[in-house]
Amino acid sequence: MLHLILRRLALSVPLLLLTTLLTFVLNSLAPSDLARTMLGADGSEEQYQALRHDLGLDQPLLVRYGHWLKQAAMGDLGVSHFTKEPVLALINSRLGVTASIMAGVLVVALAAGLALGVTSALRGGWVGRAIDTLSLVGLTLPSFWVALVLIAVFAVSLRWLPATGYTPLRDDPRAWFLGLVLPVVSVSLVSITTIAKQTRDAMNEVMGRDFIRSLRACGLSERRIIWQHALRNAALPVVTVLGLVMVNAISGAVFVERVFVLPGLGSLAVSAAQNNDIALMQGATLCFTLITVCINLGVDLSYGWLNPKVRVG
Amino acid sequence: MRAFLLRVLGRPLAWVALAWLAAVLVGGLGAAHFAPFDPLEQDLLAAKQWPDAAHWLGTDEIGRDVASRLLHGAWPTLLGVAQALVVAGMLGLLMGLWAGYFGGRLDSVIAQVTNLLQSMPLIIIALAVLTVFNRSMLAAMVTFGILASAGTTRVVRSAALAVRHELYIEAARISGLSDAAIIVHHVLPRIVGPVIVQLALVAAIAVLVQTGVSFLGLGVPPPAPTWGSAILDASVALIDFPWLLVPSGGVVALTILAFGVLGDSLRDSAVAAWARPVQRRARARGGDDAAARAAREAALADAPAGALLSVRGLAIATTATGPLDAPRVLVQALSLDLMPGQTLGLVGESGSGKTLSILALMGLLPPGTRVTAGVLRLARTGEAPLTLDIADEAALAALRGRQLGMIFQEPMAALDPCFTIGHHLGEVIRRHAPGTSHKAARAQAIALLEQVRIPDAADVARRYPHQVSGGMAQRVGIARALAPRPRILLADEPTTALDVTVQAEILELLRTLKQETGMSVVFVTHDWGVVADICDRAMVLYRGQVLETQDILDIFERPRHAYTAALLRANPHHAPPGQRLPTVEDTLAAMGATAA
Repeated sequence: MLHLILRRLALSVPLLLLTTLLTFVLNSLAPSDLARTMLGADGSEEQYQALRHDLGLDQPLLVRYGHWLKQAAMGDLGVSHFTKEPVLALINSRLGVTASIMAGVLVVALAAGLALGVTSALRGGWVGRAIDTLSLVGLTLPSFWVALVLIAVFAVSLRWLPATGYTPLRDDPRAWFLGLVLPVVSVSLVSITTIAKQTRDAMNEVMGRDFIRSLRACGLSERRIIWQHALRNAALPVVTVLGLVMVNAISGAVFVERVFVLPGLGSLAVSAAQNNDIALMQGATLCFTLITVCINLGVDLSYGWLNPKVRVG
Repeated sequence: MRAFLLRVLGRPLAWVALAWLAAVLVGGLGAAHFAPFDPLEQDLLAAKQWPDAAHWLGTDEIGRDVASRLLHGAWPTLLGVAQALVVAGMLGLLMGLWAGYFGGRLDSVIAQVTNLLQSMPLIIIALAVLTVFNRSMLAAMVTFGILASAGTTRVVRSAALAVRHELYIEAARISGLSDAAIIVHHVLPRIVGPVIVQLALVAAIAVLVQTGVSFLGLGVPPPAPTWGSAILDASVALIDFPWLLVPSGGVVALTILAFGVLGDSLRDSAVAAWARPVQRRARARGGDDAAARAAREAALADAPAGALLSVRGLAIATTATGPLDAPRVLVQALSLDLMPGQTLGLVGESGSGKTLSILALMGLLPPGTRVTAGVLRLARTGEAPLTLDIADEAALAALRGRQLGMIFQEPMAALDPCFTIGHHLGEVIRRHAPGTSHKAARAQAIALLEQVRIPDAADVARRYPHQVSGGMAQRVGIARALAPRPRILLADEPTTALDVTVQAEILELLRTLKQETGMSVVFVTHDWGVVADICDRAMVLYRGQVLETQDILDIFERPRHAYTAALLRANPHHAPPGQRLPTVEDTLAAMGATAA
């Protein structure tokens, strides 16, 4: 088990290096020049060269990357070219929002996806068809559009929930929760149907296995067989899909943070993109890649926990 | 390939999807011609209008015609999709063919690369690219294409790998055909189907990415008409004119849906028939009125008074799967009587219905089969005997464990791989003795494991099924069946899957346990040696019919039926060495008799 974790951690290092290097290389390929952009049209050639030197842009690409990497390893992600604030501080102030959304999506997608998937595996019929249709709809509707419709219905017309804004959990748990309902639901729609589909297929496969028959032969209740034995066995493929779902939820979070005006990492990255703020973008990319690494690690850990063949040799 | 396309085109939904995409393409290409208004033309006097004859889809907040803007937005969207498709398709084809066809070290390198690509958060990479490339939609779509090529690569690789190992490809190589020729003539035609399916999915997501990027305001700057900016405009007018959400979201959703439906019908055509795996178990019905009870008593009239279990007229058939499919009879008119402490052998070839018969008594027939007739009577201590219809699965379920226990042919498959052996036993103990503490159940579980002669029982209880041998697993299966102290044990060829020495040990164990507990056993087997070893009586089945039932000595000495004699002669244990073993058919032919 420890071996498995170490292996996954070792594999995540190239992922981190690759994504950050990629941003760096793209940066050097870019037709727009940061120093030029910062100076504006009326900067002199001397000012331009001096700024390039200050920013380290006259160094070779790999030297610059190495420098950034060294700084990043020590917790210094540089300064935003646009707001002049330290990138790490900006990311720190935004992480809570995105983490709240991701946690919400995890809980909602897992609970609703499992419930729907198991029900449809056992009942078949119209529940199954409804899930098929819903999953097509969930895939079809862009999360940002769903978010707008939810705002129109639940915030504007019915006035049940706030349309925009974020309250930190520490300040007011109730407001924190209410503010997260609509964003989480918009992102979860796809996740729920993906998990439900996978759960249904896995449950169908498990319920046909021999040990289910022998558990029945021992007189165990159907409820126990389904919720303990079948679900536990079906969990393995579901966890794999859950990892992909959570990585996709990052994209969903970027959009809903925009729609609901939530001060999260996603909206930070979007404004970095809008302002050509490369240092900030680099920091955000690193942070999101770290989140991806954590998700994959979580998947591996739960995989090991669920599968005794991995856990005990 | 042509048949594949014909199958796709045979689906009406695929036609609708294609028609929509064609309409979007034509509308987008000819937007300047079709659009009733200039997409940038503002008319503040006609702002926020509902659809009418002039403005088919209404007007937006500053009075621009929505239909015209959406028509003009179609082309950039489709262009973005095309760019992503070209990149994802070319790159995926190249990497996939290389990995699947040539294999070797590069295969594992490519596998790592696709893993990396698939674990990158798409939108973040897209945002980074947009930052650097000054909001170039082309750069964003190409990046998406690169990330999406991972999926295409996998599909191409597995298809190419499968083709690569076909014999005719080997033959083509040996006869000197170049790799390029083989790829073009043999590999590509085979992978076209799956690749198109994958690309349809990529196209659907590409629409999402393209509109998403415009929605975030990172694509072409306003006021240029794009689908994403149409949704953005709708969000601005959300409070006073929510109608704008409908056409903008609708056109995006329909296009994504069209690609999705196309992909689905392509896949379904590629997979051909896909049967629903779930078959609902037949619900037991049948009113328990006086007439039904009387019919059961009448059927059981000749059952001996002292019998523990009597079965009369058990019949099993397949369930009809279609209107033209007649149910097939699998077991008919099976009757048996089991005395207390007796061991009854059910003997027959594979497919004679012996396993089905005992599964029916447990109410555990596999999907696709059902009990069509039959009643049973079970004597109970201190209570009136219980009679019921064998088709009544719910009633039988209540007997499982306490009255009827069962052990199975494949001991390892009978255990849930996710739980320890101690857990398996503990849950059965607690089920049948509610209120037993976990600790007490654990102690009982270890005692049961000791009863089935497992050494180091406490240690074995902590192990998972994959950590024990087949013989050990069968001992666990027996211990689990014994846990609720059933009065009847149904054993379905419990030694068939085991080594010969282990077989003997398990038989010995069953004999000892029978003496210790006084339970009755129904033992299904095709092995006369096992019958002679353990049974008091034997019943011979052939193609779902009972041929004869006799005490064990009589059946070996004086088989009444020619088939029984033939089956006895086919026993390899008594065959003279060096001679071909006579089959049942040989013997029957020699005797000039037919069995059925």
